[in-house]
Amino acid sequence: MQDMRDPLLVMRGIVKQFPGVRALDGVDLEVRAGEVHCLLGQNGAGKSTLIKTLAGAHQPDEGTITFAGQEVRLTGPIAAIKLGISTIYQELDLVDGLSVADNIFLGHEKAAFGFTRTGDTNRAAAELLGRLGHGEIAPTTEVGTLPPAGKQVVSMARALSHDTRLIVMDEPSAALAHDEVDNLFRIVRELTAAGVAVVYISHRLEEIREIGDRITVLKDGRTVAVGLPARETPTREIISLMTGRDMENVFPERPAPGSHDGRPEVLRVEGLTVPGVVTDVSFSVREGEIVGLAGLVGSGRSEILEAVYGARGCSGRIELNGAPVRGISSAVRLGIGLAPEERKAQALLMDQSVAGNITLSGLGLYSRLGWLDRKRELADAKAQIDELDLRPADPSRPIRTLSGGNQQKAVLARWLVNRRKLLLLDEPTRGVDVGARADLYAVIRRLADEGIGVLLVSSELPEVLGLADRVLVIREGRAVHQSDARDLDEHRVLDMIMEGSAL
Amino acid sequence: MNDTRTLSAEPAGKAPAPASSRSVRGLGGARHLGLVAALVLLAIVGLVTQPDNFATSSNLVSVLALAATIGVITVGMTFVIIGGGIDLSVGAIMALASVWATTVATQSYGPVVMALCAILVGAGAGALNGFLISYGRMVPFIATLAMMVAAGGLAQRMSDRRTQLVRPENDAIMALSTTKVLGLPLLVYIFAAVVAAGWVLLNRTTFGRRTFAVGGNPEAARLAGIDVRRHTMLLYTLSGVCCGIAAILIMARTTTGSSTHGNLYELDAIAAVIIGGTLLTGGRGTIIGSILGLLIFTVITNLFILNGLNTSDQLIAKGLIIVAAVLLQRRSLRSSS
Ligand SMILES: Nc1ncnc2c1ncn2[C@@H]1O[C@H](COP(=O)(O)OP(=O)(O)OP(=O)(O)O)[C@@H](O)[C@H]1O
Ligand SMILES: [Mg+2]
Repeated sequence: MQDMRDPLLVMRGIVKQFPGVRALDGVDLEVRAGEVHCLLGQNGAGKSTLIKTLAGAHQPDEGTITFAGQEVRLTGPIAAIKLGISTIYQELDLVDGLSVADNIFLGHEKAAFGFTRTGDTNRAAAELLGRLGHGEIAPTTEVGTLPPAGKQVVSMARALSHDTRLIVMDEPSAALAHDEVDNLFRIVRELTAAGVAVVYISHRLEEIREIGDRITVLKDGRTVAVGLPARETPTREIISLMTGRDMENVFPERPAPGSHDGRPEVLRVEGLTVPGVVTDVSFSVREGEIVGLAGLVGSGRSEILEAVYGARGCSGRIELNGAPVRGISSAVRLGIGLAPEERKAQALLMDQSVAGNITLSGLGLYSRLGWLDRKRELADAKAQIDELDLRPADPSRPIRTLSGGNQQKAVLARWLVNRRKLLLLDEPTRGVDVGARADLYAVIRRLADEGIGVLLVSSELPEVLGLADRVLVIREGRAVHQSDARDLDEHRVLDMIMEGSAL
Repeated sequence: MNDTRTLSAEPAGKAPAPASSRSVRGLGGARHLGLVAALVLLAIVGLVTQPDNFATSSNLVSVLALAATIGVITVGMTFVIIGGGIDLSVGAIMALASVWATTVATQSYGPVVMALCAILVGAGAGALNGFLISYGRMVPFIATLAMMVAAGGLAQRMSDRRTQLVRPENDAIMALSTTKVLGLPLLVYIFAAVVAAGWVLLNRTTFGRRTFAVGGNPEAARLAGIDVRRHTMLLYTLSGVCCGIAAILIMARTTTGSSTHGNLYELDAIAAVIIGGTLLTGGRGTIIGSILGLLIFTVITNLFILNGLNTSDQLIAKGLIIVAAVLLQRRSLRSSS
């Protein structure tokens, strides 16, 4: 039997070189059984790459991995799984066409002589989902029909379906709302109580405080701090370790309350109803104003955005500068831009270059009689890359090789190239690190100051309250409250969001 | 906080049609109703235009015998396409297998060896396809295009471009076509057996489940610990084996092996799979749909022949049907998501 104080996992001097980038440049990591070990670092620091070498999905170029006292070589995902290392990947990697149960047991199907045992599979899946507090997800549901949070739960169930000694979670909370995170933490505590080690990656420091035991910080592919106590280390110190700079304010200065009052309305929504999801919602966004929609996942926030973008059948009036929005093409023509919730599925062309993704919706700006001025296109893309500090700053790199947070920046950059009158932002900072977040907030505010209207959806209340001028609280598809963001605090909004739902 | 449960009901609440994956993949899902309806419609056309000839047992037998050869190939093609690939070489592999099995040397060993030879040639060519695609990282379209050309050439070379007859002492091969059980020739039963085996393999085994995964999201499959390359290799080998079986059937029907057998079969098979509702991009599809698609094609051919219309019109009609089927398919996809 192993002593609890001996580390379960030791990674030493891990190096991983990708063409043109040294993603890991000698990383050390030590994880003990039964602890929640947090891995922090900016976008592109190498967190996901590190855990992929741990999962056997990447082969490290140098370095050693010792697991339970034995030096191991993880030649592939199977080797890692067999050792008892399971991974919840940052980009949800599920097969949309298969059922929930089939996804959970993919690769280690419940079968006899090659024949799948559907009954067993479904029963075991239902049990796992129940353990995760999501008994309502039917094992036979096709995964493609689930919302992001549902998919996250399935990924989690999949990790739990193996006999594991170490679970790696790469930003598991990014797709989850407030209450779901509580659920996640309950599971994490159950696991650690049973002696399982958890490696937890998140950009939300308050989560690290709540669930973490120790912290390892990565910066530019190197370990810059190991074994910091998760609860006691001051935020300042963590941020400056991660970013190499000190930060005072995350949120940019807001214009004085009421300063938008006289300005014209960019967007006017009246009596918006999406059958079954949104009921009779009315609001407006003025020039230069950032309006936040607060609410739970599934409360209808994203649907409101989609309806405004003309991507969803609805009744009610939607007007942009007085002109009715009918369908996506009229929305685009009138000057609405949408940065959707699931960047991989809804926004990015994964095989295209960063530049190609940034200029995608503004190609008309660079073409003459259909002929593309590639030089100007590239120059513009480069300008946005610099402006948002997108890393690596190479416009011709395929976007699939960028870290999650940097991909998100590219989505935003698209609407900076092709200036809009109204921007719809659905979870614009999902997976974006603290430093970059502050940059993004500043960019969004600057856009507003230039006269653009912004409609923002975020599951992170501090973000809505800190960035928006005005907040609309959505509960079960209805707007239950509307006021200046400065008149609200987190507790009040939470109360309003949750009210009545305990029944 | 016991409110979490009610709140977290949201994700599932948004998910429509929970049982859809079963019915789509299973027998006779709603998606197949359209295909069945099309078949019925064609049958009515047949009954009206050729009341004396269409519904005769000899005509129906010939429709099934015709469908059997391409049908077996279609089963393999369904697997390959669901697995995210395409196989353009099926017709050529079948021709090569038929030629190889009817050489003087092979025929001297008797009908069993001929049949084994056909299957082995198919498996070998399919495995080579799979190897080039999974380990050689070639695009399936290109690799199988090359195989189509090369296998066709090899078949011509082996046969000297001559049609090789199955010799009388090997008439056990012909018996597959001439012996009838319950009014149907044996080769129709072979076809049925291949379809049944294909259905079981796709819907009831880990292999089938992994095929959907490999085609639907190869990266997810890899991370789940599936050996995607090996699986891809097996898929093309399976398709090759089907071509070998089809070669046996065509030898039985025509009593020959020839490099001209199977001309354009790849297009018919791919079209049947697509009409049957399998996504060309992989990850979704059914065996039953493919077979229904194929039957529709075969019945159309039959109707044109019975009505004495020329083959050019027949090709135009087939083209239109492919377009119509794909448009309908897109409709049903949209309404289901
Ligand atoms: N397959 C790949 N090919 C080339 N470069 C890659 C590849 N995967 C990652 N990189 C690069 O390696 C670096 C580290 O990326 P990684 O995804 O590990 O960052 P991360 O710390 O997880 O960031 P985030 O917080 O944004 O998820 C980045 O510069 C990224 O562009
Ligand atoms: Mg990452």
